[in-house]
Amino acid sequence: MSSTIAPRTPRLAGSARRRLVHGGFTAIALVYVGALVIAPLVGIAFAAFKGGWSVIVDTLRQPDVLHAYYLTGVITLITVIVTTVFGVIVALVITRDRFPGRALMSALVDLPIAVSPVIVGLMAVLLFGTGGWFEPWFSAHGIRILFAVPSMVLVTIFICIPFVIREVVPVLHELGVSEEEAARTLGASSLQTFFRVTLKNIRWALAYGIALSTARAIGEIGAVLIVSGSITGQTETSTLYILRAFDQFQDTQGYIVAITLALASIVLLVAIEAFKRRQEKVRET
Amino acid sequence: MTDNLQIPGTPIRVEDLWKRFGDFEAVKDVSFTVEAGSITALLGPSGSGKSTVLRMIAGLEEPTSGRIWMEGEEHTFKTVQERRVGFVFQHYALFRHMNVAQNVAFGLSVRKLPRAEQRSRVQELLELVQLTGFRDRYPDQLSGGQRQRVALARALAPRPKVLLLDEPFGALDARVRQELRRWLDDLHRELGVTSLLVTHDQDEALELANQVVVMHEGRVEQAGPPDEIYNAPATPFVAGFVGTANVLHGHVRDGHVQFGEHRVSGASHLAEGVEARAFVRPHDVRLSTVDRNGGSVRATVERIVTLGWLSRVHLRLPDEQVLTAELPNDELGGVELGSTVWVDLRRATAFETSEVPPTSEPEETPSVR
Repeated sequence: MSSTIAPRTPRLAGSARRRLVHGGFTAIALVYVGALVIAPLVGIAFAAFKGGWSVIVDTLRQPDVLHAYYLTGVITLITVIVTTVFGVIVALVITRDRFPGRALMSALVDLPIAVSPVIVGLMAVLLFGTGGWFEPWFSAHGIRILFAVPSMVLVTIFICIPFVIREVVPVLHELGVSEEEAARTLGASSLQTFFRVTLKNIRWALAYGIALSTARAIGEIGAVLIVSGSITGQTETSTLYILRAFDQFQDTQGYIVAITLALASIVLLVAIEAFKRRQEKVRET
Repeated sequence: MTDNLQIPGTPIRVEDLWKRFGDFEAVKDVSFTVEAGSITALLGPSGSGKSTVLRMIAGLEEPTSGRIWMEGEEHTFKTVQERRVGFVFQHYALFRHMNVAQNVAFGLSVRKLPRAEQRSRVQELLELVQLTGFRDRYPDQLSGGQRQRVALARALAPRPKVLLLDEPFGALDARVRQELRRWLDDLHRELGVTSLLVTHDQDEALELANQVVVMHEGRVEQAGPPDEIYNAPATPFVAGFVGTANVLHGHVRDGHVQFGEHRVSGASHLAEGVEARAFVRPHDVRLSTVDRNGGSVRATVERIVTLGWLSRVHLRLPDEQVLTAELPNDELGGVELGSTVWVDLRRATAFETSEVPPTSEPEETPSVR
């Protein structure tokens, strides 16, 4: 075999094999996503529409369902506001300040992702339940935490802490401090520097973090299930309603609420994807 | 129009400035004055503390001790905002989400100047930096040189008391750097704003500045006019860092540095017999194919490098010390590779060997001047 031809043949064969392998992976990915994501979505949609429009309208008019939506909305809104404001503050502190324990703080911020929501719920019960550390003070002041909205908000916030921080920190790192320093030398106050320079630069990452946080808050069930007591019309969120609907053999109602939550998630997903693209575009420059 | 652009000169004075970062002393006992309306260059290698000094003057770093004055008023404890300095960063630090006009207007709008006034000032500055056609562009649509001009316009817009420039041309390529340097010189003449420029580029410092402050390992080595820094270096470090220099080792004898059979003047301030090093500029080395005055040193030509209109000749002396000479190509005469030539050392600056820090070996970078 001539030495000039020798390397050519395997290269051709190699590229053909690579194409085949590549095609194989594409097929696997499509089937995987299709079977695990699209099929259930279509399934829920079918189940929800099984009873026709009248059942859907009736279900969505039920006071329980309306209250469940309302509660999910309130909890999500508070959670998003709190995790956004404090998330940005924590992200700024982690990236801009130097203090002992900064690395620990940066690691602790991710803890809620690693801990199962059920455990988060149990921790809240330990703190605020009978015999809990904070229980005496709150009951002395007549404030109900457990089996009431405050504990549901608290656990949801806890679970959603990481999203904004995790998105904003790398962007702040990458930006560095020079634009902020430039703003200060030009006479900007700290607030002016934050709102006119820093916030503008992190806005897409922040929007992405907020979208993730919102999606997570809407879908939360594990921790909320433990702390809420699931009192219909009082401490029942949309996800808890779905759970009860199935328990009580009202499958169709359950599917109908489920499909509305799924739709909300899809809208958020599209928004997240758009934010991600904007962010990537900003980073490229 | 020109009167409107003028910025009255404000003198800067720093006294006994120290800065410690943990265990590291970045700035040690630095004092100097920048005359009103002048350009002073803080020159030194990276890590010499020059940027830290600049940042302390701007208020971006807090001095560990020492005092900072501007126009006779103490500024040591003032906030960045109160100091009203114009700061130009090495990597421009333009606001990436604002266009050119918005960048320049930033310092005016945070101070809540009336819109009309902002607009006319921005126009004025864009004309000054010749970027009127670029007002709606974003920083990522500009070249490095254009970005730095925007940064300069932005720094000048709020009429700062002084202009501080931190390696302003460091990120640009040689030609743009040369162009911007000349342009900054013209601009300074027009505006008259007191300027303090941090640079590691000696050519930049010597060309632009009325005064050069040479820093090394956190300390001021020498401060003075550029020609004094170049021709009368006060320390071995300055002799080695500013311009290129040959170092010849020897002993002091009758005010000369004696090495082997030969000697060079310039050591009359040193005690007889001490070990000394003579710093000789490459252009102060004269070559000849004949021994004209009988006192010349014999050397062998080891290498000849042509640098455009001049050549650098690497020589080896009989006592194995090496020497480089720089001379115009048309003066090369019969100087050829491997030939023996006669060397005349026109001028040297000598220091006792004990004061020569080991790090101050001359730089290999070509300096064509």
